[in-house]
Amino acid sequence: MRWVKTAYNWLELRLQLEAPIKEAALHPVPRRTASWWYVFGSAAFTLLLLQIVTGILLAIVYAPTAGEAWNSLNVLNHQLELGWFLRAMHGWGSSFMVAVVIVHMMQVFLFGAYKFPRELTWILGVFLLLMTLAMAFTGQVLRFDQDAYWGLGIGASITSRIPIVGGPMVHMLLGGPIIAGATLSRFFALHVFVIPGAMLLFVALHVWMVLKLGVNEWPMPGRIVRRSTYLAEYNKMTHEDGVPFVPVAFWKDAVFSGAILAAVAVCAVVFGPFGPGGQPDPTIIQAVPRPDFFFLWIYAALAYLPPSMETPFILIAPIIGISVLLALPFYASEGEKSWHRRPVAVLMLTTIAVSWGVLTHLASFTPWSPHMDAWSGDPVPVRYLQHATPLVRQGAVVFQEKQCRNCHALDGSGGQRGPALDAVATRMTTDQLIRQVLQGGGNMPAYGKNLSPAEVNALVSFLETLHPANQQPAADASRREVESAQSSLGSAPAK
Amino acid sequence: MSDNIVHESAQPSATDKLSVSRRWMLLKLGVAFNGLIGLAVATPVIRYLLSPVKKDEDYLAWVELGSLSDYPVGETRLATFINPFRQSWDGATDKVACYVRRTAENEFQIFAINCAHLGCPVRWFPQSQLFMCPCHGGVYYADGSRASGPPERGLFTYPYKVVRGKLQIDAGQMPTFANTAKLVNIENAKGNSPCAG
Repeated sequence: MRWVKTAYNWLELRLQLEAPIKEAALHPVPRRTASWWYVFGSAAFTLLLLQIVTGILLAIVYAPTAGEAWNSLNVLNHQLELGWFLRAMHGWGSSFMVAVVIVHMMQVFLFGAYKFPRELTWILGVFLLLMTLAMAFTGQVLRFDQDAYWGLGIGASITSRIPIVGGPMVHMLLGGPIIAGATLSRFFALHVFVIPGAMLLFVALHVWMVLKLGVNEWPMPGRIVRRSTYLAEYNKMTHEDGVPFVPVAFWKDAVFSGAILAAVAVCAVVFGPFGPGGQPDPTIIQAVPRPDFFFLWIYAALAYLPPSMETPFILIAPIIGISVLLALPFYASEGEKSWHRRPVAVLMLTTIAVSWGVLTHLASFTPWSPHMDAWSGDPVPVRYLQHATPLVRQGAVVFQEKQCRNCHALDGSGGQRGPALDAVATRMTTDQLIRQVLQGGGNMPAYGKNLSPAEVNALVSFLETLHPANQQPAADASRREVESAQSSLGSAPAK
Repeated sequence: MSDNIVHESAQPSATDKLSVSRRWMLLKLGVAFNGLIGLAVATPVIRYLLSPVKKDEDYLAWVELGSLSDYPVGETRLATFINPFRQSWDGATDKVACYVRRTAENEFQIFAINCAHLGCPVRWFPQSQLFMCPCHGGVYYADGSRASGPPERGLFTYPYKVVRGKLQIDAGQMPTFANTAKLVNIENAKGNSPCAG
């Protein structure tokens, strides 16, 4: 083994890397930061390396043209040895990377690590988060399938709402007048060259500052950060009660990174690659575009915003959000780091996390979208038609044939855009049902022009039967008066 | 930051100062020259980057949608055409779909496939005479006016003309809010006859 030593010495004499690497590795960190809470940053870095390696391996096969991208992905999936596995690793690696980066950011926020002197580290981190999301979106575009195509359409529609420069920006985004070959080529350049290049630079600076400024100490209630004293206090802490970063803290980083890689591999093997979905042919309109997981919350927010709020929200909310993140370390660069003394911070984080979870959950079953196939695919439950009159059955046919089912569920199946109608007769009288069908309203289209009087009559007869057996249908009190008067007098009352 | 090392170099002597200042002057000159050349080379490249940005009319051309007999009066049919500004490597994405509604012998409404909300492909249901969008639940009446859901306006329409028994539309650009000046707005129609198609 003497030749190893000789070779090492030969290289070291020329490279002279030993001293700086030793300094970086052995620098003292506060004892309690050698914690499992501090492993997310290094895991994100490991995932970035995984994405670079798998990305290069995919790029040697992928054909970055609109005409062939989809075909080359199918070749990767089905014809090349382990092509599916590399696509799966890259896809799952991306999901894990977004997740780990966000968890890392939440931990840094909760531990007050963005405070003096680590403001710039946080700011670069905010840009790294944005770039990670940009990589996720551009990556979804490179998976050039139906979802990618219509996802680009949504991107173009949002961009077009920017005042004055919206039109030119759409042209820049698409590389021309429509989504086509030029669009994929520029997203390829962004995903493969521009954003990764910027990311590597930012990551290098981010890690450099972590090494130079030291790992954030474990927050203790009452230990206040002050600009005038912090550096001396931190210095004292690391030198009097510090441990060398390697190996005391680093072994946990290594174990966690390994575990994350293993998790990516397990997901890749078990769940396989993401798509590609339907081919990107814009004339195949039987498409139900869905964004990838981390953009589902935006998808949900866009469905629930009132129309008048939408454009301002789409254009202003991201600017405010990013500005708040960037301003945070300046607004709160001193003071308490401990979450025990920062109730507002904890509440904000909880609120954002819960909102994100709720919106993502809603987007997983999209109650705002019509179910395009419910009218032909989900039959009216048989028990609703037992002992039904011919008119009622005819009404059920109208109900299905006019696509009412696409928005209204019966017995749990069908669209959820409008209310489920299993007990609609208990809520609305005959007259109200007729009015609602003919004139619409409350987000329902008016069917007055598309239904004959006979069809309306049949449909409403069917709807009137939709009530629980033990519950009477809603009735108009005045109508009952009129009818009883009519029967007792035996003549038509004055209208 | 953790160590209090004072970074100090030896004071330069008087002669050092002289030579340093001359070298610094040369460096400044060099950087300025480099910057000037860089700027001169880079400025035209901005035009290269901006080359997709064109006026709306430069992205419009009359496209044929087939003969009138393909579109029965009173019906709405899906039609497709090839984008007039296609490139050979576009693959299937050079195709564009639209809906043709023939309201009378020589009257048409040509709707863009894209929902006026966020551009998803709307689907036509002839039974209920509605267009429905799968993304966020936008619904439009047969004449393209907004029926319900998040869209703020009706479907985008293309201008059309009939030339020697063939239907032609003025198309080429994905319809969005930024270029609707060239597309007819039918917002005020409320499920009635087409007002401006």
